[in-house]
Amino acid sequence: MNWIYEPWPWYVSGFMIALIMFLLIMVGKNFGMSGNLRTMCTICGAGNKADFFRFDWKAQRWNLVVVLGAIIGGFIAHEFLTVEEAVAINPNTVADLQALGFESAGKAYLPNELFDTSVFTDIKSLALLIIGGFLVGFGARYAGGCTSGHAISGLSDLQLPSLIAVIGFFIGGLIMIHFIFPLLF
Amino acid sequence: MRTIIYLLIGIVFGITMFKSEAASWFRIYEMFKFEAFHMYGIIGVAVITGVIGTFLIKRFRVRSFYGEPIKFYPKEKKVKRYLFGGILFGLGWALAGACPGPMFTLVGAGFTPILVVIAAALAGTFIYGLLKDKLPH
Repeated sequence: MNWIYEPWPWYVSGFMIALIMFLLIMVGKNFGMSGNLRTMCTICGAGNKADFFRFDWKAQRWNLVVVLGAIIGGFIAHEFLTVEEAVAINPNTVADLQALGFESAGKAYLPNELFDTSVFTDIKSLALLIIGGFLVGFGARYAGGCTSGHAISGLSDLQLPSLIAVIGFFIGGLIMIHFIFPLLF
Repeated sequence: MRTIIYLLIGIVFGITMFKSEAASWFRIYEMFKFEAFHMYGIIGVAVITGVIGTFLIKRFRVRSFYGEPIKFYPKEKKVKRYLFGGILFGLGWALAGACPGPMFTLVGAGFTPILVVIAAALAGTFIYGLLKDKLPH
């Protein structure tokens, strides 16, 4: 059972993601996480401001339960199933990130420069987290789905719109890493 | 009962996101630098398994565990919304290093600054809802 404490290899991880999608399909639901952000907006009263949020959110309660599970799963994995949490990325990537000022590259699960609690008082890091999160929320709803809804569920169903969205994800990601990061860091 | 099932599926999902390192900012960066196969392997295996399974469900008209027919809904045939929305999502995904599933997993793993990302993602969703009719779709 020692393997469970190690990072899971890509073939186990990929299979597990497909299994999660099929379990949701087999209980009559679907795999898509970003829809929960819309549901949460509706619960907070966004329906008073835009029609987009006027829908029966109670029909989406099941997906909020999946989110709750994802939080609990993160806790379990972090507390009980991980001995060494540093992510062993490519040494070239580590060198590259350290040159950009990410000292924690290769030594942590997330970069301290963005996810240490000290960022709450660091205007620049805070601004980057806010901009990143905003784009994820805005873009996911604009595209009608995120990595789970388009890249996994949509591509599994051979949906052309999902392929266009995934190509968009990569165009955006490549622009950010290759052209915008050198300006930011 | 069904609520317990959704919760268990979510827990397995959260554990998978953390243990696969798909919830790691570093893995997303490395993926966009094309310096490792890891993330491509994960997405590739998930999609190949998904395509085969989805085909079999349709081919044999498999019913859900509760005996209901399984429906797949084709997405609207448009280009702009997927391309523009996708690009904006990709910019954010690479910067925050987390998509809408892993961001919740990271809350459970104890990374409190991810709450800022979630709050901003909710704000982004809300602003999209306000601007929806003015955007090209």
